[in-house]
Formats: sequence, C-alpha cells, structure tokens
Amino acid sequence: MAEVTLTNVSKSYGTEVALDDVTMTVPDGAFVVLLGPTGAGKTTTLRMVSGLDNPDTGGVTIGGRDMADLTPAQRDVAMVFQQYSLYPHLTVRQNLEFPLKSPILRTPQAEIDRKVGAVAEVLQISHKLDNKATALSGGEMQRVSIGRALVRDPAVYLMDEPLSSLDAKLRSDLRIELKSIQADSGATMLYVTHDQIEAMTMATHVGVLDNGRLVQFGNPRDIYENPISIYVASRLGQPRINVLPADVFGGAPDMATHIGLRPEQIVQGNGEESFVQRVEHLGDQTRLHLKFKAHDLITVTDAHTALKEGDIVKIRPNNPFYFDATGARLT
Amino acid sequence: MAQIRIENVRKDFGSFNAVKSSTFTIEDGEFFMLLGPSGCGKTTTLRMMAGLELPTSGEIYIDGEEVGQKPASQRDIAFVFQMFALYPHLNVGKNISYPLISQGMPKAQVKKKVQEIAEILGITDILKKPVGGLSGGDRQRVALGRAIVRDPKAFFMDEPLGALDAEFREHMSEELRALHDRMGATTVYVTHDQLEAMQMGDKIVVMNHGSVEQFGVPQDIYDWPATKFVAEFIGSPPMNFLNFNGMVGVGANSVRLSNVSLPVPVTIDGANGDLTFGVRPEHVRLDDSAAYRGRVKATEYLGTTQIITLDTPNGVLKARVASSDRIDVGDTTGLTFDPRTISLFDAASGKAFLSQANVEVLSNG
Repeated sequence: MAEVTLTNVSKSYGTEVALDDVTMTVPDGAFVVLLGPTGAGKTTTLRMVSGLDNPDTGGVTIGGRDMADLTPAQRDVAMVFQQYSLYPHLTVRQNLEFPLKSPILRTPQAEIDRKVGAVAEVLQISHKLDNKATALSGGEMQRVSIGRALVRDPAVYLMDEPLSSLDAKLRSDLRIELKSIQADSGATMLYVTHDQIEAMTMATHVGVLDNGRLVQFGNPRDIYENPISIYVASRLGQPRINVLPADVFGGAPDMATHIGLRPEQIVQGNGEESFVQRVEHLGDQTRLHLKFKAHDLITVTDAHTALKEGDIVKIRPNNPFYFDATGARLT
Repeated sequence: MAQIRIENVRKDFGSFNAVKSSTFTIEDGEFFMLLGPSGCGKTTTLRMMAGLELPTSGEIYIDGEEVGQKPASQRDIAFVFQMFALYPHLNVGKNISYPLISQGMPKAQVKKKVQEIAEILGITDILKKPVGGLSGGDRQRVALGRAIVRDPKAFFMDEPLGALDAEFREHMSEELRALHDRMGATTVYVTHDQLEAMQMGDKIVVMNHGSVEQFGVPQDIYDWPATKFVAEFIGSPPMNFLNFNGMVGVGANSVRLSNVSLPVPVTIDGANGDLTFGVRPEHVRLDDSAAYRGRVKATEYLGTTQIITLDTPNGVLKARVASSDRIDVGDTTGLTFDPRTISLFDAASGKAFLSQANVEVLSNG
C-alpha cells in the first residue's frame, strides 16, 4: 500500500526516446492501467518503478521514499509478466512459497502456510496445490504466477499484460478476480495492457501514452467520454471512433478540421442519406459499414436489423467531438 | 470457383481420433469459417480438404468430383498459412509471379497478370522492392498475391491473421473480406477467434473434440446454439447458464427456477431432470419488481454498455445494460429475461431442446 510518483521521468535507449518527461501520481490503492500501442512507453514505465531500469533524468518515489539508489529487491514491488515462469520441478505450493522463503523476508512457516492457503483459495487453485507446476493448464499456471506476486503483500503490484496469453473466457473470469483481489487488499496496482476491455473494466485510472509522453490521465469514463485528442479517442471504443472532415455534416465550429463520431453519437433514421456497404452480424449487435459522401463510417445497430447491403440509411451526428488541425479536441 | 462437399470424413492419427465423422457443404463463392478451440480438428479438416492430409474414411468433393485421395497439387486450391513464407532473395513482383513462371506461362501474360493482382491488393508501388524490408501488412498482401495469381478454385487460410497485433488484425480482416467480395472466390478460413468468425463469415462450422457441433449462418448460431459448447464459445461474455432440476412438458411455455415461473418459447421436446436455462447477457433486464432475484457482484464499464455480474440462486449471471444505469456492487435486484430468446439445454449432454423458436435453425443445421 503506497502512493507511487514519477516526476519528469525521461529515458532513452540509444537514440530511441522511450519516455519523454513523464509526470504521474498513482494514488495509494489505485488500479492504474497504462494504455497505448507497441512502443508507447508502457513497459518502460513499469521498469522505472520496479527498478529493473533507471531513468536518465527525473525521479520515482514509492510511499514517499525516493527510489533512486534502490535495487528491485529493496523496493517492495511484485511483478507479473505476460509469460509465466514457474519452477517446473516444484509443486504449486512450493512455487507459491518461494518468494516468502527469500532470505530478506524470513517469514515463519506458519505464516507461509496461511498466506499460501489464502491466495490459493482466492485464485481457486487450492485443489491443485500439491500438483507439479507442469501438470497445470495454461490458465492455472498463469494463476500460480499471479499468486506468487500476491503472497508477498508488496507495496505495489506491477503487471505487464498478465492475461494476454489466456483464452477469452478465462481472461474475462480473471479480470474480475484480479480486480476484486486488488480492491480487497488495497494494494496499489500499475498494469500494462493492449486490451481496451481490460483497461475499461479494471482501472480506477487510465494513463494514455503516446510516443513516450503521458497524454491523458483520468478514470475510464472520463477517457472515453472526454478524450483530449483524436489519439486518445481512438484508444477506447469498439468499433473505433469515426473521424471525418469537420464540415461533412455542416455546423462545425470555427477551428474544427475533424469531427469524431462514436456509434452512439450517430443517430439513425433521420438526417442525410448514407449507403450501406456491408452488414456484419456479431450476435449481440450488428455493425453497419456505411459510405457517407465518399467517407467510410462504421456504426452499430440492432442485432436483428432488416438493413442489408445496398440499402440507404439516414444519419446525423448527436453531440459529436470536434478536433482541430493538430488533433486536439475543441470544447 | 467451387462448391466443396465433405461427407462422413474421419481422420485418425494412430489411435488418436482427430476428426469424427463430419459432413457439411461449402457453397460456391462463400466465405466459410471453421471455428473452434485448439485441438478441435479444424486445421486437420482444412488440411484434408486441401490434400495435405488424407482422410481415414469418407469423401471430399470439389465441384462434384471426389478428390479425397488426390494430392494437393491436383486439387487446384491455394493455401495461405499463418506464417506466410516469401522467397527472401526475390522482389515482390517475382514472389507473386513465381507460381505462374513455374507453370510455364508466357512472360507477357505473366506481367499482365501480376500487374492486375497488384492493383487488386494495392501494392503496385512496391513491386520492385525486396521483400526483406516490407511491413507485416505488405508481406501478407504479397503472400495473398501469390495465392490469388493462379486463379485457384478455392482459397484455404489457416489463421492468416493470428500473428498480427489487434489493431492491424482488424484492418486486415476487413481487407480480406473486401477482397473476397471483389473476387467472389470460395474461401475456407480457420480461426479460434469467435468474433473474427462472426465478423467475416457467411457461414460457420463450430467444431469441438473432432466433431461438428453446429453449422449455419453466424446470427442463427448465436441466437439458437445447438449445444452448450456453442452457446459458450460464441459471444463475449458467453451465454449465461442457470442450472435447475425440473420437468418441462411438450408444449410448455414456462419453467420454474427457484420457485419463480419464467416464460420460455413453446417447447417441442419434453425434458426432465438436470436442465440448463440459457440466456444471453443482453437479454437480461434489471427490474426491481421482478420475483427472480440476484445480488450484484461486480460491474464492468465498457463505454456504451456495462457488464453486471450477479449471484443468483441458480449460478453466476452476467447482464449487459446501458452504462448510464447506476448499479452498485452489493445491490440486490430483480431480473427478467426476454422470453423470446431463451434456450433450454440438457445439463449433462449439453444438447439444446427443441422449441418453436429454435426448431427452424436446429433442424437445418
């Protein structure tokens, strides 16, 4: 349990700027998800906090303490990586005990048993405790590697795409488990993902990174409903936000060069005519691929719509976003 | 262009039965998805259609001709793999023209054909470039070009987008589908990604443990799954299963769960014993006046909608509702289920019982 701060942190690898003057406060007990495409600086940020790497300039604190000269082991952080690495010759129990048996911690055996039991229960692997680690399914192995971080009660959890190697159903189960473990333990979490569903559903705060810069930090609803730029608006939302020239529907404000329309910002049934190019039935909803004045547009409609390719559907914007020439949002 | 018909095809590897007796038809010009988890037999099925594996028994017809025991080279199909292999020492144009030159096509004709393909794929400006420096997307376009250039009867693709990241994957899947619509060639596509299958496919075969679980158009399969496996594999979050023990007579229009009567489509099959009530998350409504109760365990914000996870007397349930609704963890609420959309399953076998709502879909599949 601790607040984490990064102050003016920059980091380059050779000529590649990985982080560019990042300042961010992760409040005590927050679940912060870092979002951005490959190369945005998400993993580098985690490495700065963990101590696996040090900033070129700027500073990191955990619980108010400057981390400048501390090794990863001295920082009281627990990391989970995308690829689980368990000790294959040990049982699940021995794998979970391992971090507690480190000479720095010197945990008594009774305490170890209690913690391992509790974590195994939360992760629903109690019945597998005496199995060899290699006798588990992929999802179970990933639970054990998450469990190995959880037994430690660290000040901060750092997780780098811990769920991305799992199948869809398991991912959605573990999303809820991780979220409730974090909420119950009150630990601070810094979490990296590509997956916008994970970001929206688990985070108390989302940090959006673009080429090493932190461009927006706020709660998921804020990021989705009040993005500061086209870049941020494109990070969340499926199908992705439609970005068209500002004047295509008329009525754009002065400085606007682009209009941004999420599916819920497009009213169907009145307005101007668009042409249905393709209808995709996804089960719970149907996506319409529209052609509107030579622009492509994707929106969502009722699962059992009668619309089909070649139909005309009228559309108009409803509370759209407007952006200027630099991509910044106009309000 | 071809119709492909699979009849009672089975494949054993030693004592392991990879594909149980499977039968389905791929119509001329269809974009056809083979969907299932890893190890379900979908890739083996595709490899048998292509002639890369020979079936242990059964027949495969391409345009009416039985080709089951013929080698791949005599079937006139093109195969695109997940890891597309290009010739690293040849440029883009030469990579695409290679299959034509090895067939002995005259040079002028080859040139014309390559130009035509490059235009379809939008890669005319990179024809002279070495393949080494290309982006992932361009490499894939070149691999596709090499498959298309021969004008095969059908294209077979085995998770061709599997290695790409999410953003690019979406873009390429749209491009592939648009390409198919322009050329109209029969395409058989293997994937484990249900959304990809729903999004791109004209028809889907869902496989599990070597058997065909269901076969049909995407929306039908989503609405009226033949088995619990299909109901769970398709849709995210999947269909909810509420387990109960009860008796349902032929012609019934409701079932009793935890002493609450819930309306369902009129049944055609009767059922008795351990049963499952299946309802999709978007067909669950939170309604305080309803008798069937659940306790909110978690809420997940998804932008336009949110997913509510509830504990009910019959198991965990997820509901998809508008994100503007205020719902707090710990709340107890009433639940209603859109009666037109309910499926009932046998809990043990997983098979859906017939009702007047699903009979049309399930008797065609």
